Amino acid sequence: MTDTFTKRTPHLARRHAREIRFQWLGKIAISIAVGFLLIMVGTISWMGAGALKQTQISLQVYLDPQEIDTSAVEKADYGAMVKTALRATFPEVKKRRDTRKLYKLLSSQAAFGLQRQIKENPDLIGQTKSVWFIASDDVDMFFKANITVDTNGNAGKLDEKQVQWLATLDKSGAVRSRFNTGFFLSGDSREPELAGILSAFAGTTLTLFVCFLLSFPIGILAAVYLEEFIPENRWSDLIEVNINNLAAVPSIVFGLLGLAVFLNAFDLPRSSPLVGGMVLALMTLPTIIIASRSALRSVPPSIREAALGIGATRTQMVFHHVAPLAMSGMLTGTIIGMARALGETAPLLMIGMVAFIVDTPTSILQPATALPVQIFLWADSPERGFLEKTSAAIIVLIAFLIAMNLIAIILRNKYRQRF
Amino acid sequence: MTTHQRLSLTRTIPLRARVYETLVHLLLLTSSLVAVGVTIGIVFSLAFEAFEFFKRVPVEDFLFGLEWSPQTAIREDQVGAQGSFGAVPLITGTLLISAIAMIVATPLGLASAVYLSEYAGPRTRAVVKPVLEILAGIPTVVYGFFAALVIAPFIRMAGTSAGLEVASESALAAGLAMGIMIVPLISSLSDDVINAVPQALRDASYGLGATQSETIRKVILPAAISGIAGSLLLAASTAIGETMIVVMAAGLAANLSANPLEAVTTITVQIVSLLTGDQEFDSAKTLSAFALGLLLFFVTLALNVAAQRIVKHYREQYD
Repeated sequence: MTDTFTKRTPHLARRHAREIRFQWLGKIAISIAVGFLLIMVGTISWMGAGALKQTQISLQVYLDPQEIDTSAVEKADYGAMVKTALRATFPEVKKRRDTRKLYKLLSSQAAFGLQRQIKENPDLIGQTKSVWFIASDDVDMFFKANITVDTNGNAGKLDEKQVQWLATLDKSGAVRSRFNTGFFLSGDSREPELAGILSAFAGTTLTLFVCFLLSFPIGILAAVYLEEFIPENRWSDLIEVNINNLAAVPSIVFGLLGLAVFLNAFDLPRSSPLVGGMVLALMTLPTIIIASRSALRSVPPSIREAALGIGATRTQMVFHHVAPLAMSGMLTGTIIGMARALGETAPLLMIGMVAFIVDTPTSILQPATALPVQIFLWADSPERGFLEKTSAAIIVLIAFLIAMNLIAIILRNKYRQRF
Repeated sequence: MTTHQRLSLTRTIPLRARVYETLVHLLLLTSSLVAVGVTIGIVFSLAFEAFEFFKRVPVEDFLFGLEWSPQTAIREDQVGAQGSFGAVPLITGTLLISAIAMIVATPLGLASAVYLSEYAGPRTRAVVKPVLEILAGIPTVVYGFFAALVIAPFIRMAGTSAGLEVASESALAAGLAMGIMIVPLISSLSDDVINAVPQALRDASYGLGATQSETIRKVILPAAISGIAGSLLLAASTAIGETMIVVMAAGLAANLSANPLEAVTTITVQIVSLLTGDQEFDSAKTLSAFALGLLLFFVTLALNVAAQRIVKHYREQYD
């Protein structure tokens, strides 16, 4: 039956083949988009996973009571003690050039860790203690197998001798890999092994806090006015067009506005979360207004008529009846807007939030940086160690974005009302 | 609205309540004027600084000049003391990268939209739509990082093995990453547009014996063409204004070139490089960033207004 049918209309088979090909086009397009996402997130996660681990080296340190003044423990020269310990571990190293190479195995800030331990536990003074030190980033990369030994016995910036010393240490069990708490608990640093995201994270939190405080109330009130109060005329059309366009203005233009108005005209502090939050608030405002208006529009007129019918004023009608019903939609829009603001980098570059910030900012007036800007800064750094830090920071950022979007989706599904 | 106005019995409301109502009304009005204020603020602040710039560099030199090398003279008599502020290489660079992005994103976005709206079952949609939303929500700094770290070296490697000379910051790498970035934008906007085509058109086409793909190609896409054009314009405007991808993956030197394998720079890259770091506010170099910003603002504004007009007109046609 099928055969005779196809025979009678020979081009039907061709048309059906074309139909299948056409469907495949769509499938391929979607696969490319989804595949790209998987490759990108996969590569970055793979590169960033290393940042969660930190290489540490153990040394026998003699805590000389003559060197450490018990009344001012923090003043002793711990750097010298660490260096002595390193020389004691490798007594064969004599030449000045070689000892300097030896010191480079440990992070330049290794002594601080020792200082902290002694401060917490002064009883250790006088003993010889085995202490774990953070390795330098080159050593860290070496043990994470990110750099391999070449034919000359060199590995990246490490030369033959250093590689041999490390092998000796590794054999004696003096090398370990631990979870890198410092990545989450310390600020930025010039040394990749010490750099963490805390300062950038605090900056982002403060910035988003300012952004929320400004954009949420203004956005919602504006939406209520535009949806419930404004008389429809040329002006309302103009405002509508204006808001739609504002939503599509490139984010960098908002940065220029912030630079020219907030920094140069109002003289607000440069690089501060206050200005960053203000710029991001202006940028997210249209998103919040548009989402809130559509939430208000979905509340049926019968609610409004019922409220007015029993004697409520316009204000009471809106704020007691319509707005509460639209609240979940307005919150969803706000969270989505904030998620966009979280990942925004360009406007923050314009207002100087690209500074090298080590200390965690505690007020909205202090110089700060933000997580995406930190990513941008690290991505620009030549040291290999920053590569995995950048990737790890990206994973943290994406995790927060997905969390925010999930909250928005849950909120939307939980409080969705059908009228 | 008119029913509410008729229903509200303004005259019987006590004075205190009326004062309260007026105050709330004013608060609401102020809030919505903030949005208008932002636009005015953008136009005035950019125009003011750009005006300062055009006092130093004539408008026609800026718009039609072929050489871009912004610098401020340290000595009066040094070579190239004036600097040159011809924006043409930046404009062509921006257009080149955006064009590559659109060439990548248009087929992918449209094919995805067609498949999702016409073929995919509810389960496929439930999986693919959130994935596309995630793709749309990834910060552009991440795309920039990936483009600079993975895509650019890959293209360079592929090009070199094919005997081509590829710059390490080629326009192609930035354009590809940007293209993937705007796929979700095109697909979600076009999805809406295609869904708005009345079912009757589909039914009529099937009734005449057309297959589903014939219906899509000969009935639905022509019917939705203006809406799709609108969404493409919006995507182009996003590509032109995109900053972080090009800052991280495109070049800094202004080349007047249409070769996608060469490094070109864009308007946004130059704004960032002119304004990050130390700056004095009265030099032509710094002020030129605002002139570029003004140019960028008007170009994207024109594209957005056109896109919204087209889409609005399209919606009225079928509603």
